[in-house]
Amino acid sequence: MGFLSRLFKSAEPGLVHLPSGSFTVDKEGAVITSTLPQSFPSGHRDAISQQIMAAFRSAKRAHMPLNEIVIQYSALKLLARELGEGAIIFLMPQSLNQQSSVSIKKSP
Amino acid sequence: MPAQPTILLMDDDQDFLDLYREMLGQHLPSMPEVRVANSGTRALSILQSEQFNLLIADLNMPKMDGLQVLTIARRKFPHLRLVVLTGIRDEQFRTRAYALGVDQYWLKPETDQEVGLFMESMESLISRESQEGFRGVQSKGLVDIIQLECLSQSSCVLKITNGTTEGKIFIQAGEVFDAELPGMTGETAFQRILAWKTGSFESLPADPSRVRTIFSSYQGLLLNTAQAIDEAASAEEQPVVPSGEGPASTPVQNSRAASLLAEVSQMEGVEFVLALGREKNRAQEFWGLDNPKPISEFTKETLDNFRTLGERLHVGELQQITGFGLQHKVAVAPCGTSDVCVGFPAAVSQEHLRDSFKNIISKWAS
Repeated sequence: MGFLSRLFKSAEPGLVHLPSGSFTVDKEGAVITSTLPQSFPSGHRDAISQQIMAAFRSAKRAHMPLNEIVIQYSALKLLARELGEGAIIFLMPQSLNQQSSVSIKKSP
Repeated sequence: MPAQPTILLMDDDQDFLDLYREMLGQHLPSMPEVRVANSGTRALSILQSEQFNLLIADLNMPKMDGLQVLTIARRKFPHLRLVVLTGIRDEQFRTRAYALGVDQYWLKPETDQEVGLFMESMESLISRESQEGFRGVQSKGLVDIIQLECLSQSSCVLKITNGTTEGKIFIQAGEVFDAELPGMTGETAFQRILAWKTGSFESLPADPSRVRTIFSSYQGLLLNTAQAIDEAASAEEQPVVPSGEGPASTPVQNSRAASLLAEVSQMEGVEFVLALGREKNRAQEFWGLDNPKPISEFTKETLDNFRTLGERLHVGELQQITGFGLQHKVAVAPCGTSDVCVGFPAAVSQEHLRDSFKNIISKWAS
């Protein structure tokens, strides 16, 4: 057992590449299906689904039920669509030329 | 800051650290003191105990990776200059590093020429830091930049970005010809842009075909604008009693907020607006809501949660959240020291929502 665990020791956590893809979750945020690579940490995926389901619930509590939420970060866009009692969540990493200009540049 | 510049170099490869410590410490003209750290936690503890001008960090590190270190360093030490020096040739990491606020992103040099360029660039970064007053236009106000362009009789288009809003000031042969913001042009747009407190700018080639709408001299224009801003600031200090007009009387805190809300309430398709201060007292201003509490809770909860998620994923600043429902559409975004939430009817198109929200955010940021 010790020998095997040394052979198959999980890699040390390193830099996480943000994948493009989608996954579906139930109303508790548990993953049902996913097209994300296994290298994407499940902790990250769970954190995303929990916050998204919480946002849907919070909107409902504010008497403003939503069926789609788009979250825009500088380097990532998340799109979540409500599906009955769950949701489908898309991850779309953004590249530098997709963003609006935020740096100071001086053109010739 | 100490007189001798200081650099902290972080990498998990000891040979690399030894080589670059020598190169930077002995071959840069400013002769900086170079400290090294072979892990993220070590780097953070050194940063905590000593002052540095520059952090040069690798991204691919065991346990605590470079993006984590950069996120913490940017938050805890906002004046520290950050440079990534890595072997990772992946556009996504470059994007994410810049989104976290790094100054430069370098691939580890492979040729003498690349080493030379890297060294020059590092020298330029630390000397800019130590020569106060030579940091250039980055730390100047918009008024200074406009004066500079007009005095030198230049022709250009200044593109100014404030959050998600973009404005343009057209300068032709040292005179301000026109200004543009979503939904407005001319002197009004110019005054609005100049009222922005923060942002960034880009100087683009001149647009000679632009029709002149501003005929005042630039000095007169700047004077009028400064006067208007002063008047607005002094009016802001005088609390007013809410008028109680319009849907759901608005317990606004000051006349500036009152006039902003009045302006926003006239915009087509806007159902409600709520601005929530991010300071401890969480002051709120709103229009179009009978009971702002549920929307206020939604705004706070959602933005706080997604800000935390963004930090965990290292994807930079949270820019905006948009929600679509059968009865309503809603847009939420951080704006200066407030969080702003705007409601629209479901029938509003996505383009209209995007443009209106941009406009509202730009007004609020001013």
